[in-house]
Amino acid sequence: MVGSLLLRGMIVGVIAGLFAFGFARVFGEPQVDRAIALEEQAAAAEQATGSQAMAEEPELVSRTTQAGIGLLTGVVVYGAAVGGLFSLAFAYVYGRIGRLGARATAGLLALGGFITLVAVPFLKYPATPPAVGSPETIGARTELFFVMMLVSLLAAVAAVGLAQRLWASRGGWNASIIAAGAFIMVVTIAQYALPTVNEVPEGFPADLLWYFRTASLGLHAVLWTVVGLGFGALAERSLAGYRPAAARTAVR
Amino acid sequence: MSNIAIATPDVRPIPVRELLPWAIFGGLLFLIAIYFVGTEEGATSLFSGMYIHEFVHDGRHLLGFPCH
Repeated sequence: MVGSLLLRGMIVGVIAGLFAFGFARVFGEPQVDRAIALEEQAAAAEQATGSQAMAEEPELVSRTTQAGIGLLTGVVVYGAAVGGLFSLAFAYVYGRIGRLGARATAGLLALGGFITLVAVPFLKYPATPPAVGSPETIGARTELFFVMMLVSLLAAVAAVGLAQRLWASRGGWNASIIAAGAFIMVVTIAQYALPTVNEVPEGFPADLLWYFRTASLGLHAVLWTVVGLGFGALAERSLAGYRPAAARTAVR
Repeated sequence: MSNIAIATPDVRPIPVRELLPWAIFGGLLFLIAIYFVGTEEGATSLFSGMYIHEFVHDGRHLLGFPCH
């Protein structure tokens, strides 16, 4: 059963990656190109003033490849991995959160995943276009990004547990509000406590930054929507008539 | 008796025992995949050179991973 769900999750993830690639290609690539043009302009200006005799970096991969097959590979591999992890999380959650069916479980899980793993880390450490960010701090920035993601994930798991505990005594609405409030509180404290990273150069176009970031968020929204709705549809069919081994023997 | 199975609700959790081996194997595989798209030859490097970094460069930026 799990193997079949896993396979479906990966297939849906690849399809979601293709949709996300289309979105990124149309809305993201123009911003990446603009940012790279600015980066080259700044480098050329620096060279002209003679302050830094930096030789042009040799181009390892052409821009066409980066924006085409490179972007496709990156997003599709990422999509397959997200789809696979999603199916494993689904296999655990299904039947353990109330009596929700496969499609409702998948939809809710995708919404939760998007909020927890994308939106919350993004609020603190948003995506940055090329030309933003200094290479010296890449290690620290990567660490902080994943710490934020981990805090968010743990807070979300704890909040779901809290909601389940309170469900019977407080009712569904109140239990959900309390749990969501607790999640928001933990995440807000973490975002307040963690150091802020701002490496946007002076005079960097604000609209470019905005369009780049909304494109990044949109890419993830497309990916998670397709994963949640697509996987729900496939899992419903695959789970129809599923009987765990333990239940089968109990019935006999 | 099959009519007992019909009477119970149709949403049955998958036993953890059945799930665990898949979760370990799959979890590892997918995290490695995300690592290569997200951070290899950026914050940390298993292979020398910048080819992987440059190849997935645009995806890495747009997916929101700290890139450079």
